[in-house]
Amino acid sequence: MATATLEPKDVPETRPALRHTLGFEQPLAKLEAQVQELEALQSNKRLDYTAEIRQLRNNYTSLLKKTYENLTPWETVQVARHPQRPQFRDYIDLFCREFREIHGDRRFADDKAIVAGLARLGGHKVMLIGHHKGRDTKEKIACNFGCAHPEGYRKALRCMKLAEKFGLPVVTLVDTAGAYPGIGSEERGVAEAIAVNMMEMSRLRTPIVSVVTGEGGSGGAIGIAVADKVAMMEHAWYSVISPEGCSGILWKGSENAPDAAAALKLTSRDLKQIGIIDTAIPEPLGGAHRDPHTAAHSLEQYISKTLRDLKRCKIENLLERRYEKFRNLGIYLEKGARASARAG
Amino acid sequence: MAESITPPTTSKTEGVPAGLWMRCPDCGDMLFKKVVDENLLVCPACQYHFRVGARARMNQLCDEGTFEELFSDIEPVDPLEFVDKKAYADRIKSEQFKSKEKDALLSGRGFIKGRPLVLAVMDPNFMMGSMGSVVGEKLTRSIELAAEELLPLVIVSCSGGARMQESTLSLMQMAKTSAALGRLDDAGCLFISLLTDPTTGGVTASFSMLGDFIIAEPKALIGFAGPRTIWNTIKQELPEGFQRSEFLRDKGFVDFIVHRKDLRSEIARLIDYCGK
Ligand SMILES: [Zn+2]
Repeated sequence: MATATLEPKDVPETRPALRHTLGFEQPLAKLEAQVQELEALQSNKRLDYTAEIRQLRNNYTSLLKKTYENLTPWETVQVARHPQRPQFRDYIDLFCREFREIHGDRRFADDKAIVAGLARLGGHKVMLIGHHKGRDTKEKIACNFGCAHPEGYRKALRCMKLAEKFGLPVVTLVDTAGAYPGIGSEERGVAEAIAVNMMEMSRLRTPIVSVVTGEGGSGGAIGIAVADKVAMMEHAWYSVISPEGCSGILWKGSENAPDAAAALKLTSRDLKQIGIIDTAIPEPLGGAHRDPHTAAHSLEQYISKTLRDLKRCKIENLLERRYEKFRNLGIYLEKGARASARAG
Repeated sequence: MAESITPPTTSKTEGVPAGLWMRCPDCGDMLFKKVVDENLLVCPACQYHFRVGARARMNQLCDEGTFEELFSDIEPVDPLEFVDKKAYADRIKSEQFKSKEKDALLSGRGFIKGRPLVLAVMDPNFMMGSMGSVVGEKLTRSIELAAEELLPLVIVSCSGGARMQESTLSLMQMAKTSAALGRLDDAGCLFISLLTDPTTGGVTASFSMLGDFIIAEPKALIGFAGPRTIWNTIKQELPEGFQRSEFLRDKGFVDFIVHRKDLRSEIARLIDYCGK
């Protein structure tokens, strides 16, 4: 549960208030509605439904648990995209004591799809960088729904270099469907921007922690996610391509996105097992969108602890380990050298 | 990212015994295949550059008999048990049968006009040159070899992008190869990236764009997102010549556009200026 530092404001047990309901959450929504109905009756007509309400609440909790413990990969993708899932600026509000935003790549523009700034986080001074999708329509359009142009990646790199110069660790939060596929993006070299970021992050002389908080869409994600430690929120996804994109190419239509989601092994559990991520950060029961405070607290705890550990290492050792970490990813067969599968 | 690029058809690549004649997809001329082969797979009429398989490309680039293949024991597996309309394990087998290669990259040492170097060439005949664990590993070993022996490195890109069937593992190859190139850069070695038709997706967004010098063959498709993905997103006409070599040069992302017949001289020249 959330601690005092986060000051959760009397979070009710179930929060029915205008929450967007995902398709597979319908049975849960129905139970919630029943509880509300009984509560309304109880207060209006002064009848005692305490027992019934308790029973329904118990049913709700066990169904919520059952549903979220058995999410299919495709359901996970939907949770990761939930419109009320906390985003970069929500996390800043929830766990940064201070955030001083830095604007622009000093080349072309300030891309609002990637936000960067100086931040105080759990006793650390850090350079905090992440995708932001936008919360209302106006902000979503300004942020291009979290799909960054090259200037976003270049701003991120500029800020990382500042961090390196001034001895600040870098924290990146990934939440993007992918880099923006448009004319300007190509003209200004989005591929080059992502490539340079990966190369420079691999040798940046300061600790780096990356967490995929929502969507980890291909090059757009890894363009800010080459780090000493890489984690994912429990219900985030991370893959070389979106399930829809994969379905479109391999199944020649978007209807097979659920099959593609399963085939791509994009959940935190799968990726922890394959050795691509170091940690899956548990989310509150029913996903981060049900309880952003607790989600933010878990994320903050992970980042703080990881930074403490990384700061203790000599930078040379850190760089060596960072290189080896990515160097060793890949699974193949090598005759003669014993069937070697290098991963994790 | 890994948008499907039309795989090379019989008319587009060499090595397919499709008879004595072939049609140029650009000017439409019927060409005597032997003449095209002798012309480095370039249409003598309009200079259209056909796609080239990795072994043929290596032969075109290296001094005769100097190519020494390395890391050839590395083979693909199906780490995620990926199944779409076809199982990846079966796809690997049929692609190996069709291309007579284990995967989509050929690597080793060689000489160009007497200058020693390390080369890695992507093969469009194997799953459209897509990058999975094998391609990433062989590239990384080639880069590390160049750094260790302080040799110039040439990588020839020809790829539809990252290999979806290896999902996040193939995404990680982008970081892995880029990190290795960071070390090559620290070692002060020369890296020449040669972009050929097509260079797209996760290949463009990693090692391809990290060359000290970036050379492109004429009119090659080079980009991050595929033209179809872009069109689907923005629903507007793409500019003339969009994502072609000349467009990238004009936008500042390609240093030189070099005709296939001049590649050896160009590489040798750069080595003379910048090689160790
Ligand atoms: Zn022609």
